[in-house]
Amino acid sequence: MEKINVSMKVNGKDENLHVEPRTLLVHALREHLEYTGAHIGCSSSHCGACTVDLNGKSVKSCTIFAPQAEGAEILTVEGIGTPDKLHVIQEMFKEHHGLQCGYCTPGMIMRSYRFLQENPNPTEEEVRFGISGNLCRCTGYQNIVKSIMAAAKKLNEEANVEKKEIA
Amino acid sequence: MDDVKTPSSEERKSALSGLGTSRKRVEDARFTQGKGNYVDDIKLKGMLFGDFVRSPVAHAKIKKIDTAAALALPGVHAVLTAADLEPLGLHWMPTLAGDKQMVLADGKVLFQGQEVAFVVGDDRYAVSDGVALVEVEYDELPVVTDPFKAEMEDAPVLREDIADQKEGAHGPRRHPNHIFTWESGDKEGTNKVLDEAEVVADEMVYYHRTHPCPLETCGCVASMDKVNGKLTVWGTFQAPHAVRTVASLISSIPEHNIRIISPDIGGGFGNKVGVYPGYVCAIVASIVTGVPIKWVEDRMDNLMATAFARDYWMHGKISATKEGKITGLWCHTTADHGAFDACADPTKFPAGFMNICTGSYDIPVAYLAVDGVYTNKAPGGVAYRCSFRVTEASYFIERMIEVLALKLGMDSAELRSKNFIKKEQFPYTSALGWEYDSGDYHQAWDKALEAVNYKKLREDQAKQLELFKSGKSRKLIGIGLSHFTEIVGAGPVKNCDILGLGMFDACEIRIHPTGSAIARLGTISQGQGHATTFAQILASEIGIPASDITLEEGDTDTAPYGLGTYGSRSTPVAGAATAMAGRKIRAKAQMIAAYLLEVHDDDLEWDVDRFVVKGAPEKFKTMKEIAFASYNQAIPGVEPGLEAVSYYDPPNMTYPNGAYICVMEIDVDTGVSEIKKVYALDDCGTRINPMIIEGQVHGGLTEALAISMGQEIAYDEQGNVMTGTLMDFFVPTAWETPNYETDFTETPSPHHPIGAKGVGESPNVGGVSAFSNAVHDAFKSFGLTQAHMPHDHWRVWKIAKDLGLHN
Repeated sequence: MEKINVSMKVNGKDENLHVEPRTLLVHALREHLEYTGAHIGCSSSHCGACTVDLNGKSVKSCTIFAPQAEGAEILTVEGIGTPDKLHVIQEMFKEHHGLQCGYCTPGMIMRSYRFLQENPNPTEEEVRFGISGNLCRCTGYQNIVKSIMAAAKKLNEEANVEKKEIA
Repeated sequence: MDDVKTPSSEERKSALSGLGTSRKRVEDARFTQGKGNYVDDIKLKGMLFGDFVRSPVAHAKIKKIDTAAALALPGVHAVLTAADLEPLGLHWMPTLAGDKQMVLADGKVLFQGQEVAFVVGDDRYAVSDGVALVEVEYDELPVVTDPFKAEMEDAPVLREDIADQKEGAHGPRRHPNHIFTWESGDKEGTNKVLDEAEVVADEMVYYHRTHPCPLETCGCVASMDKVNGKLTVWGTFQAPHAVRTVASLISSIPEHNIRIISPDIGGGFGNKVGVYPGYVCAIVASIVTGVPIKWVEDRMDNLMATAFARDYWMHGKISATKEGKITGLWCHTTADHGAFDACADPTKFPAGFMNICTGSYDIPVAYLAVDGVYTNKAPGGVAYRCSFRVTEASYFIERMIEVLALKLGMDSAELRSKNFIKKEQFPYTSALGWEYDSGDYHQAWDKALEAVNYKKLREDQAKQLELFKSGKSRKLIGIGLSHFTEIVGAGPVKNCDILGLGMFDACEIRIHPTGSAIARLGTISQGQGHATTFAQILASEIGIPASDITLEEGDTDTAPYGLGTYGSRSTPVAGAATAMAGRKIRAKAQMIAAYLLEVHDDDLEWDVDRFVVKGAPEKFKTMKEIAFASYNQAIPGVEPGLEAVSYYDPPNMTYPNGAYICVMEIDVDTGVSEIKKVYALDDCGTRINPMIIEGQVHGGLTEALAISMGQEIAYDEQGNVMTGTLMDFFVPTAWETPNYETDFTETPSPHHPIGAKGVGESPNVGGVSAFSNAVHDAFKSFGLTQAHMPHDHWRVWKIAKDLGLHN
């Protein structure tokens, strides 16, 4: 199959790919760009392990073709924090035992990242609904929900401190 | 130094993060940053992909396989069929259960999704194109999916390769589709008790076919280095050393030239214990092509072809006095093993530990028989988050208790209490021959009933029933009780082996000169957090902070031999090996300390992280000082260095137990159920890391919820898999999953070095009964005795309809 050029920005870096048009975004990210954080659990948009942020929305990257992401800004789990300064959500997943085998974790964290921007003050029920597109087989979700609630609280505290500093 | 105050024992103990602390997990840094290393993340130079052509039908002769079109496709490098594997003797492979299994279809197919040909190509897309172009002509045969029809006289013969063999791996076979009969207990004695009993309850309890469905599917990368003659295979292996030995035996590659590596594993739950055709084909393809081959199954492959669980039809009879003292238990199980007997059980136990089916009760006499049969379904029969067939056994007895309680007109909580094995009876030998090591079932049960206010729950239930009967509500409440006894930590080499390999485990420890350490084990974590918890065991044993101990598993070139992680065996067996290796380190450290302090060994005592001269607390050597001395001092009679290895053969299994209670509200008109409460009390003996234990319980309960309320591998009569995607195969989301209340009692195992029993699988074992019993309990006043799982909305609606509740 003839290959085409696709450009996108991933974790702030411009990337140019030469791929078959049928290449799924998750394979482009994992195999061509070597961002292996997004995982494949079903290839049928059910499990959410491949969730990334695309132009400000949560997208299951096995659901779209790489060329559909032409010109897009993509954020993966590798792009939200650094080893020295993890993102608050990453910190809270560690703190509250929000993961076990780690396979769903990047998708779960990326969904939480977007969800908490859509709804910065969620109830537990809203968190549960908000992440219901992401499956986890290990944790029973209880500690994932706890992690996300804790992250919401912490992000809001940080935002308040910033507001005060600006004022 | 003198003016620095020595921290107290308590302070030093706390600094170790040893046993009993909710230490945060060391694994999480990489996992939260997307830096885990799972098999599909592995990318080697020149690596090609492989994938299967699978059978669309459940039973057929193969008339022809035409690979020409596929091979003509650019990007496709090779297509393997059974004919290519036959010269190597690899078109069939031995199973863990003493049977053999086709690697690639040899003249016929026996289940839908069976591996027929293996296509190798540049990438998964090219391979997918190739798979579509392989033409296979099938001549369809009659299909058997009902295990009770498999042994009929006119049933089609599935396994023509062994049709005439009257003797199988586990004794006589009475029909071409019969695999084995396995018996345990006293048949005559039990029949006699049942014949003479005041009350007998008789029921068929079905534990349906389901699947472990870890979020990461199975896969591997096989790399044959022809220059050095060395084969390396990275894969989703719950038992890497066993895979190495099996790979050597079937391939004739010497074992020292095989290196098996289990990288990070995205959940196993039993699915990754077996040896699958994908592994064999990837290895052969790497030998043929000379480059690394990656095979990773997709979700449909996973659900259709690799390792199902359960599928036990358990016919039970339980007898009691009118007062509710149980007098005997009889069980006949028809076990549907699918097309090949690939159950992952210790060799001497073709039905696993199903003979733990007397549960938590003091039952004087019992008999169990299990008949395994072949059907046109996928092979497997693994222990899905439980020890071998223990969840089946536990579900069976917990249903029989409920059925008996109905018959006696007695509250089932009381019936349980009346028949529990008493604390003073331990060690207790069950009627089917197991020696239960320890437990305090009454304490746990009473604590559980009090915690949920059981009396009040029953009152609320009765009120709701009145509202229903008077037409004021269409909802019913069910209270699901469960008390379970697990049997884990397989196991003593004298009776537990897999393919002749004794089920011991090992730990090797090296203390570095600066006082930090590395420990290596024959197990492999799949989310359990071994790197965190085993370091805690060691911290308490050798006085080095857990944060200074690296734990490594999964590489057969570096780790000592072990039988892997499944059946909750890591803590009971490898955890014990870790403690014992730690004690060897400490014994040598004591000799070094004695030399340094110029006293006799016996003049020293261990204090958290140091040896102290008895009666002279100011004279001591810390483990850190001793470690350095072991590398720089010439100590007479003592070898340099500080290392130890321990191979641990457990003297007995461990018997975790617990009391679970679920309250469920059921809408009679829609069949929709809502979980109102789940209380789970576990006794896993000594608790290593309470945070991780709680996480394990949450996860296991959610898998139990899935299994009991909707998850199944269903087949139609033609052998089509009806639940081959996550659209049909129920995996609960955060939305359907309730919050759980966890609790514990702590009865240490008397024979385990630190008293730990294992916990990962208890919640699945206890949970399924609690959820299912709640559904039954909701309808019991309308005459329901038994309804088969899974209790999805339709089936619950059907219960109500059949009981006339919709009229």
